[in-house]
Amino acid sequence: MAIWIEEDAKVLVQGITGKQGMFHADKMVEYGTQIVGGCTPGKGGQTVDLQGKAYPVWHSMTEAITATDADATVIYVPPPFAAEAIMEAADAFDSIKGEGVIVCITEGIPTLDMVKAVAYVENRPGVRLIGPNCPGIITPGAAGGAKIGIMPGHIHAKGRIGIVSKSGTLTYEAVAQTMSIDEGQSTCVGIGGDPVNGTGFIECLAAFENDPQTEAIIMIGEIGGNAEQEAAAWAAENVTKPIVGFVAGATAPPGKRMGHAGAIISGGKGTAEEKFEAFRQAGIACAMDPSELGKVLLESLKTAGLR
Amino acid sequence: MLLRAAGVPVLEGVHCTTVGEALNAYDSLGSKVVAVKSQIHAGGRGKGTVFNPETKDVVMEGGVKIAFSKDEVNTYATNILGNLLVTIQTGDEGKIVNNLYIEAGCDIAHEYYLALLVDRDTKSVLIMASTEGGMDIEEVAEHTPELIHKVVVDANIGILGFQKRDLGMALGLSGAALKSFGKMLSSMYTMFCAEDCAMVEINPLVRTGADEMVALDAKISFDENAEFRHKNWDDLRDISEEEDTEIRAKETGLSYVKLDGNIGCLVNGAGLAMATMDVIKLYGGEPANFLDVGGGANEEQVKTAFSIILEDPNVKGILVNIFGGIMRCDIIARGVIAATEALSLQVPLVVRLAGTNVDEGKAILAASTLNIHPADDLAEGAQKIVALIGGGQ
Repeated sequence: MAIWIEEDAKVLVQGITGKQGMFHADKMVEYGTQIVGGCTPGKGGQTVDLQGKAYPVWHSMTEAITATDADATVIYVPPPFAAEAIMEAADAFDSIKGEGVIVCITEGIPTLDMVKAVAYVENRPGVRLIGPNCPGIITPGAAGGAKIGIMPGHIHAKGRIGIVSKSGTLTYEAVAQTMSIDEGQSTCVGIGGDPVNGTGFIECLAAFENDPQTEAIIMIGEIGGNAEQEAAAWAAENVTKPIVGFVAGATAPPGKRMGHAGAIISGGKGTAEEKFEAFRQAGIACAMDPSELGKVLLESLKTAGLR
Repeated sequence: MLLRAAGVPVLEGVHCTTVGEALNAYDSLGSKVVAVKSQIHAGGRGKGTVFNPETKDVVMEGGVKIAFSKDEVNTYATNILGNLLVTIQTGDEGKIVNNLYIEAGCDIAHEYYLALLVDRDTKSVLIMASTEGGMDIEEVAEHTPELIHKVVVDANIGILGFQKRDLGMALGLSGAALKSFGKMLSSMYTMFCAEDCAMVEINPLVRTGADEMVALDAKISFDENAEFRHKNWDDLRDISEEEDTEIRAKETGLSYVKLDGNIGCLVNGAGLAMATMDVIKLYGGEPANFLDVGGGANEEQVKTAFSIILEDPNVKGILVNIFGGIMRCDIIARGVIAATEALSLQVPLVVRLAGTNVDEGKAILAASTLNIHPADDLAEGAQKIVALIGGGQ
């Protein structure tokens, strides 16, 4: 077990004929992800060569899912068209299978487009959206596994730590930290750094809590909004597994956007200090430096009798 | 300007950049009472303080003044233009006022607050209104939250009649004023979506003696992600108010924010870039900037990133922190070497590489004759650069 994405999940790639889509589709196949084809409107019937093998391309997600019975799709479509790609996938998954996971990697989607897309997805309760503006989701396998996104696959190994994060490279940092204490990962989810996104911290924590493979959790937040505070309060009531946390942006000045569209302290709210405090209140073990996540995790595992 | 075009009632006014223009504006408006308003991209202007930028002496309290004669327009415009306005939102350094807005007076029966914004919690457009117009809304929210009324708009339906009525009635409006308010909300919501706004704040929104709702002052911010479909935004931009280097960084696909410290940072990924700043501070240093080179930076971008960091005269050392995902460490290593050579780098440089092709990257740095200090993790990198520049001072 892992969360949402099993090791052998069948995955489609939207925007597979584009430069980014093709590059990452190739990397996913190399890692061992079961890619079953892709979708680019207007290019149906063509094939794309990944790791020396031809993969089919469909015009529409309805065609692609009908033909492949895919479990998930990953979107590398440019910002002006990405929200529609999400809605197309949501509609197709919902009407054909009643469920499916949509992972949107695209950075820079207009916020009001996402407001519409998120509302559209929420009207289809079997469909889950992860992202946008995120590294994706990975469930490492004993050999290979399902890497759906842009993360470097080779740094991961199958294990019992669940990771959820708003940031890409900081997630890789957390993965490396688990490896430094000889722990692998159950599933790593990048929820993205945009103000309006799909899956949030609480849904990830709930899934990790219910997943028998996951025995401890790393949660990485950043400045802006109050998703971390709400997740911490929820975890205090509902999560029994040890959680280790970090929040980026303690030194960020107020009112300035720090790279991610959502990473901004506005009206004195959404500071790292506030979030760390919420973590501590909830009994989450905090690392003040991401290079210490491994150490703090090891302590938490020992306290819980897991090491 | 945008509000007027969208059909939201606003007062007549004239945009001015000189005292002479302000005096002409007073004559042309034909209103005995006018408001003289500083135009900067920050709120709290009315309660701000105007300073002389050289001597730092206080020139006048308030960046928005009501003038009852042409002489007073002259005084206020002279006091404001070219001087520094410090408000709760500008920070201590304030902003130089280059633009004024001279606005006709109006017969105010009551002042309200109205805002439309994208709300993260409900993932929707939220409309907020309060009877406490002209006040600092954050204070109202903190002390008397019951005076703030909200409606959430369903993105795929739009604003509904009952929502407009509910909100208007919560403000105590009725009759012609309630009708005028509803019409205004529709116009504003349409504009909000059409213009890809992030927030539109009307403070104050007034009810006139004739029961018409008029926007007296507005602050509009846009969603930068939607810039590609709004060519008109360039005309609204006051470049003089933005950091030159931040604009140039953006043009090369880098995300840069200048800070006050002396350790320059070059990092891939926004979260890791923030964490790098935090860890520098944790080990006694002060970061000079936030800089995210993005996921797929090339040699040229690394070079541009270095030159942008070095333009800041405060920079006494640089920490490069790369966790290679899509980005390969060997490419970064070559970029770092090319940049340090091209810019004949004088300050200490610490490079931490991890992830894809890390061994090749480290070998390239080790083989170079340049004075580059390697680090294995972020903590080590931060400690090294802080030590190399002689501690946290």
